Amino acid sequence: MRREHRHASATWRGWVLWGLRRAAGGIGVLWAVATIVFVAIRLIPGDPALAILGGPGSQASAEAVAQVRHEYGLDRPVLVQYAVFLGRLASGHLGDSYAFRTPVATLLGQQLPVTLTLAVLGLVVAWVLAVVAAWWSTQRGRFAAALTGALSVTASVTPHFWLGSVLIVVFASALGWVPAVSDGTAGGWVLPVVTVAVPVAGYLAETVRDGVVDAQRSAFALAARSRGETRAGLFGRHLLRHAALPGIALSAWAFGSLVSGAVVVESVFALPGVGRALVTAVTQRDMPLVAGIALVSAATYVVVLAVADLVERVVDPRADGGRARRGGARAPRPGRGVAGAR
Amino acid sequence: MSGGAPVPVLDVRGLTVSVGGTTLVQDVSLTVAAGECVALVGASGSGKTVTARAALGLSAPEATVRVDRLAVAGLDVRGYSERRWRAVRGSRVGYVGQEALGALDPLRPVGREVADTLRLHTRMTAAERVEAVRHALSAVDLDPDTATDGRLAGTLSGGMRQRALIAAATIGAPALVVADEPTTALDAGVAVTVMEQLRTAQTAGAGLLVITHDLGLVAGWADRVVVVHDGRVVEEGPVASVFAAPEHEATRALVRAAEHGSTASRAGAEVAAVGDAVGDADAEAVGDADGDAVGDAVLVADGLRRAFGGLVAVDDVSFRLPRGRTLGVIGASGSGKTTLARVLLGLEAPDGGTVTLGGEPWVPLRERDRRHRRRRVTAVVQDPGATFDERWTVERVLADALSDGDARTARGALGARVDAALGQVGLGPALRGRSPRTLSGGQRQRLAIARALATDPEVIVLDEPVTALDATVQDAVLTLLERLRDSTGVAMVFVSHDLRAVRRVADDVLVVHGGRAVEHGPAAEVFERPSHPVTVRLLGAADRLAAGPDAGAA
Amino acid sequence: MSGIAEPRLQADASGAAGGRSERFRGGTLGPAGLVAAGVVAVAVLAAVWPALLGGGDPLAVHPERALQAPSWTAPFGTDESGRDVLARIVAGTRASLVVGVVATLVGGVAGVVLGVVAGLGGRAVDAVVGRVTEVAFALPLLLVALVVIAVTGPGPVPAMLAVGAATAPGYARIVRGLVRTARRSQVVETAVLLGRSPARIVLRHVLPAALWPVVAVATLGVGQAVVWASALSYLGVGTPPPAPEWGAMLADGRTYLQTAPWMSAFPGLAIVVLATAVTVLGRAVRRTGAVR
Repeated sequence: MRREHRHASATWRGWVLWGLRRAAGGIGVLWAVATIVFVAIRLIPGDPALAILGGPGSQASAEAVAQVRHEYGLDRPVLVQYAVFLGRLASGHLGDSYAFRTPVATLLGQQLPVTLTLAVLGLVVAWVLAVVAAWWSTQRGRFAAALTGALSVTASVTPHFWLGSVLIVVFASALGWVPAVSDGTAGGWVLPVVTVAVPVAGYLAETVRDGVVDAQRSAFALAARSRGETRAGLFGRHLLRHAALPGIALSAWAFGSLVSGAVVVESVFALPGVGRALVTAVTQRDMPLVAGIALVSAATYVVVLAVADLVERVVDPRADGGRARRGGARAPRPGRGVAGAR
Repeated sequence: MSGGAPVPVLDVRGLTVSVGGTTLVQDVSLTVAAGECVALVGASGSGKTVTARAALGLSAPEATVRVDRLAVAGLDVRGYSERRWRAVRGSRVGYVGQEALGALDPLRPVGREVADTLRLHTRMTAAERVEAVRHALSAVDLDPDTATDGRLAGTLSGGMRQRALIAAATIGAPALVVADEPTTALDAGVAVTVMEQLRTAQTAGAGLLVITHDLGLVAGWADRVVVVHDGRVVEEGPVASVFAAPEHEATRALVRAAEHGSTASRAGAEVAAVGDAVGDADAEAVGDADGDAVGDAVLVADGLRRAFGGLVAVDDVSFRLPRGRTLGVIGASGSGKTTLARVLLGLEAPDGGTVTLGGEPWVPLRERDRRHRRRRVTAVVQDPGATFDERWTVERVLADALSDGDARTARGALGARVDAALGQVGLGPALRGRSPRTLSGGQRQRLAIARALATDPEVIVLDEPVTALDATVQDAVLTLLERLRDSTGVAMVFVSHDLRAVRRVADDVLVVHGGRAVEHGPAAEVFERPSHPVTVRLLGAADRLAAGPDAGAA
Repeated sequence: MSGIAEPRLQADASGAAGGRSERFRGGTLGPAGLVAAGVVAVAVLAAVWPALLGGGDPLAVHPERALQAPSWTAPFGTDESGRDVLARIVAGTRASLVVGVVATLVGGVAGVVLGVVAGLGGRAVDAVVGRVTEVAFALPLLLVALVVIAVTGPGPVPAMLAVGAATAPGYARIVRGLVRTARRSQVVETAVLLGRSPARIVLRHVLPAALWPVVAVATLGVGQAVVWASALSYLGVGTPPPAPEWGAMLADGRTYLQTAPWMSAFPGLAIVVLATAVTVLGRAVRRTGAVR
């Protein structure tokens, strides 16, 4: 019978290798994303040169169009454009936005922190809500469980744009507790963060709750109770850890969902973030900006995945993350009768 | 027992537990005195675990518990709230559960788990706790550094985990220790250690309640026995007298199973079979127990090797299996016997060596060259439930096996064959429409055996086929296997760590240790006159387990 | 022969204990499931026969009746062009349901194909598909959807394709995991021992085990798809006006949030109610065991 070993990354070498692996994977993902964006934008109908000049409605002369094409390298063969595109990206030049005439990097530099803050805060709030919901639905009786369950399901399908409006009407206009749109104060963040967090909280709550219920039925939970462990102690020391594991994997996905949500929420609350820029960028075929946003979000995702992996290892120090037991059907199981009246 | 009026550490009277409309336990009464070991014995579903959990206030939340008297360590705990129970659990009563594999939180350091009771019930400082844990760990023969090195349960073997659990349960010096199936799935050597640790707690003054389905296990260790059947206590008394003169039918079955386990051997069973089977033609078919009319070898293994990374699981194992003979493969957990079984079945390709079936190559071989001969070698595993597709019915399982994968239902002639197959293993045709997942453990294993016999194989490989079953069910299934082997003349490779089971069915025995075959010979010889020290140790452990702590006096 | 050791055995051998096929483990939907089923039934009815449920023409413009609060004649009020909000909501049910279901089908089928290929294939195939899905995950759903729509132009069909394309990787990952687990299961191992061919094993054991759970996940996915499709309309890239689509109605209602909140409240409620009902119904069906 093989014994599991201490985690391989418990050594410096292990961590370095891990870092290199993730970096290599990340670069691969970024390259793929860049290529996809390049291809996608090429597929968008319409002439980018016209877009640069101000849209199809502008009365641009043929010479102006030709000049713009030459200036932006749009008259070169596709593969050359691709190579130039990749080259510029690799050296950190994201180009200039067609619509705003400013470097994409500058634009993103202003907007990205807003969106990231929104997403990160949203994730934190979502987790807090999820843990509280898990506690309520497993420790406080049937009615609380049913209520929390219903709320979680509803929350997970609540559209941001609607929730945002409702919150504005109730808390900003009617009650006046917080400002309706962002005005630079901390209070201006409350509603957007809550709006973006609620759907994710719904999903997380369900996942964490399921994990807690599962863990409650385990042999170690029974053993802990047999030693006189308190309810809070059982929840905090044993159940939550196990329940958090699937939630951490979910969080990585949820971050992407949060960013998507940010796109909408930024419109509702007038936050100067990346999301708002994205919609206009796509509709105006502002290729450099779209590319920049796509790449930045991909990079963020790569970082988020790495962080999630880290957190998972901290919560679950087992070398294989419990996969051996979850996946394998070969572990001998102690005898258990059919009635199993435990 | 200590002198003077023994103070009961557990006093239960009139316990009734029901869930929904079903009564699980009816009017059960039970006492355990300090320093006494009481065994609560019964088949699965008889209500013994329910009783034990009620004694700890750990009944399932939907269960209704009614009791006339319930006193734990002298405290009247009837109607205790959860909060008051928490003060009792761990400090007055310790619990060792049956699932050692999962009873230690896999995400928490073992040292912390063991220290929990102290943290919850005493005012000891962290340093004092560490000291106490170190002491408790060495008392159960574990490395005391485990208290602080943060190692997880996954790094400990099954036996070590169970010992850690005993340490965790007894560290608070509770007056009552409840052990629920403490030795299930552990081989004899480890089981002895576990029972000894429990014994230590008992001699220190605690009352011990051991719950098990195996009367043979506690025969040597318990003072008194309480037998439950169908939720009621049907018999109780000192171990010796219950064994000598069982009154209730359930007790008789338990005693029978225990006796079969300890004394039965191939030769002995045959003598009994010939005697019992009056006019039974099968008696003639019973072959030669001495080993001369051997017949040609149906399965030949030569120099098998299999390693995983650096760990060698099978190391140069060779043997010949003659037609119609049964080879028992015994060894402790981790000795490589399951890997050997998987190699024989062609599920794993060996790193070296070959296996031939009826003279033709069998392993290593491309699956497509072997597929059409698969019917000649079949398997029965420890947990058959997982081998049945959950969407299939019993009928489909057998129809599929009998028709080589073509039939989904069994009508007409095929239907008759399905009924015959069911009857052969003692199952009724009424089970045809059921899902195998709804059958009892014993029924599932019988179905698996029927499936294995369906293709009329030459060899059946059985890997721990009865280990997961209750003692009485084990007895029944082994009896079935003996009968089938005699009537069909199939050769068997019976892999198990349970010597009692192997002793009953094997003609020849192969002892495995660390992947190597250390002893090989006719069963009678190996069991009576073992030559290798490993064999001696295995046999000694099995005997010790059966005999109990006062082995010499037994 | 075994005496009392296995009483259950004897009882069953005589056919006493229940023996129906355990396939459809009966069981009811439960109170929540029933309510959800009712809501979904109403929605389907509204999609198929809008006239039955909400009076009036959803497109009829009555400027003199603009921005009226809910009343007997217009239970959900009227919007800025005097159109009956209730009628528009009922009319919009069809679009939402259709987009939700089709988008889920598109994403589900694409995801299943990818997942099965990755799950059954060797390491190389799995690695390639794995990388592709990872990249797909790296892009936020809305970004993918927007790009798809930028290429194809706005409209309900592009919205379905966009949401489908964006959700496909999720399904692919789930299916791949299920296929891999099934491959390693004891059921498959037993089939190998019985000498079944690989094709038969895949068809009889692996695929059913991997695909049935996807159906359960897909019902949850429909709820999500309805929400995302509405989001696209809200952003102006879904169904073009003046068609009654809930997301677009919410966009229209934004400017009148203070003065005519009913323009936003009811369409939003409709989205939440439908999506929740579909999700709860899917869960309840799964719990009955009919779809495992």
